[in-house]
Amino acid sequence: MSAVETKVQEEKKPLLSKKDRKLITDPLSDNNPITIQVLGICSALAVTTQLKPTMVMAISVTVVVMFSNLIISWMRNLIPGRIRIIVQLTVVSVLVILVDQVLKAFVYDVSKQLSVFVGLIITNCIVMGRLEAFAMGNKPVPSILDGLGNGLGYGAVIMSVAFFRELSGSGKIFGFQVIPDFVYEMGYVNNGLMMIPAGALFTIAVIIWIQRSITKKFEEA
Amino acid sequence: MKFLKDKILELRPLFKKGGKYEKYHTVFDGFATFLFTPDEVTHQGTHIKAGIDLKRTMFIVVIALVPALLFGMWNAGHQHFLSLGEFTGTGEGFLDKLIYGAIKVLPIVVVSYGVGLGIEFFIATKKGHAINEGFLVSGMLIPLIMPPAIPLWMVAVATAFAVIFAKEVFGGTGMNVLNVALVARVFLFFAYPTFMSGDAVWIAEKADGYSGATALANSIGGDPGFSLYDLFMGFIPGSVGETSKLAILIGAVILIATGIGSWKVMVSVLAGAGIMGLIFNAIGANEFMNVPFYYHFFMGGLMFGAVFMATDPVTAAQTEKGKWYYGLLIGMMAVMIRVFNPAYPEGIMLAILFGNVMAPLIDYIVVQANIKRRLARA
Repeated sequence: MSAVETKVQEEKKPLLSKKDRKLITDPLSDNNPITIQVLGICSALAVTTQLKPTMVMAISVTVVVMFSNLIISWMRNLIPGRIRIIVQLTVVSVLVILVDQVLKAFVYDVSKQLSVFVGLIITNCIVMGRLEAFAMGNKPVPSILDGLGNGLGYGAVIMSVAFFRELSGSGKIFGFQVIPDFVYEMGYVNNGLMMIPAGALFTIAVIIWIQRSITKKFEEA
Repeated sequence: MKFLKDKILELRPLFKKGGKYEKYHTVFDGFATFLFTPDEVTHQGTHIKAGIDLKRTMFIVVIALVPALLFGMWNAGHQHFLSLGEFTGTGEGFLDKLIYGAIKVLPIVVVSYGVGLGIEFFIATKKGHAINEGFLVSGMLIPLIMPPAIPLWMVAVATAFAVIFAKEVFGGTGMNVLNVALVARVFLFFAYPTFMSGDAVWIAEKADGYSGATALANSIGGDPGFSLYDLFMGFIPGSVGETSKLAILIGAVILIATGIGSWKVMVSVLAGAGIMGLIFNAIGANEFMNVPFYYHFFMGGLMFGAVFMATDPVTAAQTEKGKWYYGLLIGMMAVMIRVFNPAYPEGIMLAILFGNVMAPLIDYIVVQANIKRRLARA
């Protein structure tokens, strides 16, 4: 679970005040769910071999986090503390099933490719983490913004992982071949390591490495 | 030598603090200590002076690798001409084979050293720490565990990957968890499997129609396909340095005589492989299990791995008792992977990496057991 407790001051403010904007921008880098909190890694390893399913996954997670945050935030004063996890799971499950059905109806091939990983959004730590750490203690509007920010932060990282994996693993971007044929004729070969989950681990590690050397924020043990 | 020394002394002020090329002093110091013993000594505290330092250790290992390298060059040529049906006798066309092999193998050595040292120098200059001789052995091991037909750019990519991800991110020489050279090989094995396994890659520019299968690949069918003499002498297709067990044993003698390689690790790896081979002989559930256990010593890279890679002092178990368990674990795993998974014929590579990961745990258990035993006695 997220160790970061973000409490938003209750005060009157215009649409998207500075604090609201921070809710969205913070998870993009300084408090990124994947690279800083290291949550939701298993889907980041599993679905990122190609950009297209990754994009669908990123959108699905964003939608689920946003709306589960919103709904739980509405219900936060009604939920008994002891059974809050069950209530949260029920809400998340409903949303995930909805998303799954929509994917099956409109992008069937991608839905098949993602297979169980859409269903596994239910157990994605980012969703539960945001509900516990944010939505249970904040008003609906900040909650939905927080969900949006975390979804985008998650999406940004897995999209960049998928970009490098698809580029080096199959020479394509969004299914279009970008490495020209003459390079292959010269002896270039696609990197099979990037197609297996180990490749995603290395890519995420490099992204974390780059991010921390730019932001200079380290977690000292 | 006198000339070089004078030149270094003459240039040194330029690289000192405040000098013109101060930024590159690590590179300069690296070259200077590579060529000559540094004249800087510690001035405080009590120190034990030993004749051995990192540079000498590394050089002895490189010298121990030379027989395997020379034989590997000759064998690369021998296998090539054998597949064409020329100079089929082992005594014929010695120079042709050696020259052909050198043309194939030396570029791999150059690329491996060039890329590896380049990255080391770059990182050392950037971080401002001293360059050391840590890459000398890895740079020599990498070409020896490559197939002779490997494209050079793959060697470059693998070396870069291994130096950055197996070594530098952990803090450089002496801090790595995994054997650097094996990481380069395992990277290639998973990234470009068609260039690292199968029948086509073990002989450079093989004639079509000539089977280039290794003894390990043949063994899946139950028959290694080579005589024990050929396997021992190394007249077989395979990675550059792994084929000749004779050359490897010469290296082993050098390592053991100088006290650099641990004989315990070497013996226990072979013992582990032998034990596992005997167990499989007794079970005999598939063709590979029926291959006599002693063939395992002479097939593939088991001997090379046992002598040069499992003994790596950084990644092996540190405790004397732990070395036995570490070696046994590697030997048993290696034969197990070979026999159970035909897709990974070279089990020793994965087994040593597994052993590297387990080594700290083995050491911990040995130390704890010792503490317990002594406490019980008290």
